[in-house]
Amino acid sequence: MANSKSAYSFAGKKQKLDTHIIVVWVDNESGVLARVVGLFSGRGYNIESLAVAEVDQKQNISRITIVTTGTPQVVDQIKLQLKKLVPVHKVADFKREDKNVIFKEMALFKFVANNIKLNKAFEACKKFNPVLLDKTTKSNVIQITALRREIDNMSKNLKKFGLVSVSRTGAVAMTRGSEVFK
Amino acid sequence: MPKLYSGAEIVFKCLEDQNVSHLFGYPGGAVLPIYDELKNFNSVKHILVRHEQGAGHAAEGYARSTGKPGVLLVTSGPGATNAVTALTDAYMDSVPLVCITGQVPTHLIGTDAFQECDTTGITRPCTKHNWLVKDVNDLAEVMHKAFEVATTGRPGPVLVDIPKDIQFQKGKYKNFTKAKKLNGKSHDNFSQKNIDELIKLISKAKKPIFYTGGGVINSGPKASELLRELVYATGFPITSTLQGLGCFPADDNQFLGMLGMHGTFEANNAMYSCDLMINVGARFDDRITGKIDEFSPKSKKVHIDIDPSSINKNVKVDLAIVGDIKSVLISTLKTIKKSKNNFSKSNKHQISNWWEQIQKWRSKRSLDYIGNEETIKPQYAIERLYELTKDKDTYITTEVGQHQMWAAQHYKFNKPNRWMTSGGLGTMGYGLPAAVGVQIAHPKKLVIDIAGEASVLMTMQEMSTAVQYNLPIKIFILNNEYMGMVRQWQELLHDKNYSESYTAALPDFVKMAEAYGCVGIRAKTPEELDDKIIEMLNTDRPVIFDCLVDKQENCYPMIPSGKPHNQMLLGPKDQKEKKITGKGRTLV
Repeated sequence: MANSKSAYSFAGKKQKLDTHIIVVWVDNESGVLARVVGLFSGRGYNIESLAVAEVDQKQNISRITIVTTGTPQVVDQIKLQLKKLVPVHKVADFKREDKNVIFKEMALFKFVANNIKLNKAFEACKKFNPVLLDKTTKSNVIQITALRREIDNMSKNLKKFGLVSVSRTGAVAMTRGSEVFK
Repeated sequence: MPKLYSGAEIVFKCLEDQNVSHLFGYPGGAVLPIYDELKNFNSVKHILVRHEQGAGHAAEGYARSTGKPGVLLVTSGPGATNAVTALTDAYMDSVPLVCITGQVPTHLIGTDAFQECDTTGITRPCTKHNWLVKDVNDLAEVMHKAFEVATTGRPGPVLVDIPKDIQFQKGKYKNFTKAKKLNGKSHDNFSQKNIDELIKLISKAKKPIFYTGGGVINSGPKASELLRELVYATGFPITSTLQGLGCFPADDNQFLGMLGMHGTFEANNAMYSCDLMINVGARFDDRITGKIDEFSPKSKKVHIDIDPSSINKNVKVDLAIVGDIKSVLISTLKTIKKSKNNFSKSNKHQISNWWEQIQKWRSKRSLDYIGNEETIKPQYAIERLYELTKDKDTYITTEVGQHQMWAAQHYKFNKPNRWMTSGGLGTMGYGLPAAVGVQIAHPKKLVIDIAGEASVLMTMQEMSTAVQYNLPIKIFILNNEYMGMVRQWQELLHDKNYSESYTAALPDFVKMAEAYGCVGIRAKTPEELDDKIIEMLNTDRPVIFDCLVDKQENCYPMIPSGKPHNQMLLGPKDQKEKKITGKGRTLV
């Protein structure tokens, strides 16, 4: 009693954090992204990355892919709270380690360097489906698709080949095989 | 070609379709077309409040005492922002509200126009859903959907923002048709297997307890009846949260009183020591659980709730039953009757030791206080108020603070929907406007706001509303000149540094009553208290009752922050030599 000066209890034990990919299908109406993102910020959940676009023009359905970290209890709460939002149709949740799910992020790299370095840069990207989108005598723009950590590493390692600018998306996800999430 | 209606007409046609009889509101520039239409719709009566927050709380009081959604109508900008406190309050306490706000014309949205604010943006986190209507042809559908969202599942507030040009434009009206399914957002999602498991746990339990909450009240009066049936059939003890008071008769022997931070010794100890906890429509709020790591460590926990996101949010449970309390209780009772007709007898024997233990806790008489002949003890005032009103079907609202806890402890509720208080958000100033709303819904009933002098000043202006509509609400102020709960925490935790918790310049409440055109009564001593209360009850006009009470009294028992249920502070009654019980207590 003597050392407690709060009207609230203290934080309990810390639990292990997992990374999850949450996929949300929503009506593409104004304010819907704010609702989803506001739910995360308002309840203190964390967003590592976010990707959103309309996937069904006929029914106006957008697909939001959110990478988040949290204890199993928090991840459960995220899903249940999302399902309560009126414009939300369904919510899927995958663990990052899940082998049955494909996760991809895309990155655009701009290099400014001499030809030798530019070629080396393209070589270095070989593993990640590089596409040469633009080339001049002293620069090029390369698109790669890879996992988050791979892109992290690449943006560090490519500095030496004249990497001057990086633009990247949030992760998108899809299950392997013929099954579709209902 | 179908008949075309203006947006304002469509609003009222929807209200008529939804059987809305009362509308709490305050006019302003951006809702004038709707106010202009009021004269053409006699079935909807408008109650003019004095502040938009008052409209919100009045609508809450109306909703909680009737089970119907409360409706409020306010203007753009400050009208909307003033309503935010009430919306948040309703969101926390699951009260169905439909808030209609005016908005600047669509072509001015985003230009920082006069009385413009981003209403849907501001209210997004404090409503279940909100809509900005940009096409008059969507208006009817949105309005009907608003009522549906507010009242289905776990109830809550919604908001419809209507720009002024939309209120003028003509559009089609669509009748209310019961929608298919709300995106799969409803509700009963349990199986017979869940019920069988529950009954298995019930029949095995040796130290069971029912822990019931506002969900029972929200599920309708029938749910309270069924709950009583189940509690009597099992013979189990039952405790209730602040919001659940009234769903089980408080004077019944099986009722242990309220639990939680200011709950009774027996209820909290039973929660701590039980082996089966059946949570019916409560949400493991932090005022209930205390220290979460040590919350009821040895029990199997069952959680019955309509909101899936309430399950495992704060406390992990062993059996979750997601559904409307009423349907779950119907299934449970049906199954009990089918399978175990002599269930109650065998069970009662099994839990007799448990009841003995509970009686021991009960004998501590944790709600006792030390009486006084010179000054009115606040607990005594509430006891007397209860004794003198218990034969009437009384509706009680409260503000927030010590008086609220004393009311919850000492006023005994026997019926649901009779107790309106701000639990989740803890909004000072809730009780007076809520009483206005309750009295509007129940014009012939006795409605009392048990108030503190600090809280009631926050929404005092609504007395004017009460006078205008001849609402004979009784504002029963326990006046100790302090923000009592703040003072109590400062005394216990901040070395009696009463920083800013004393109100040095209070108004004379009796004169204030007269200034508003209602009746002021003051009680100063325990001796005159009864007579004054009777005088108040016999006055068929709004009354402000200024009850001068002990300034130092603290609210006990109490679970200090960060402590589990079994470490309660019992307050002065622990000092045995001063203890006055039984007759001596009621004499003073």
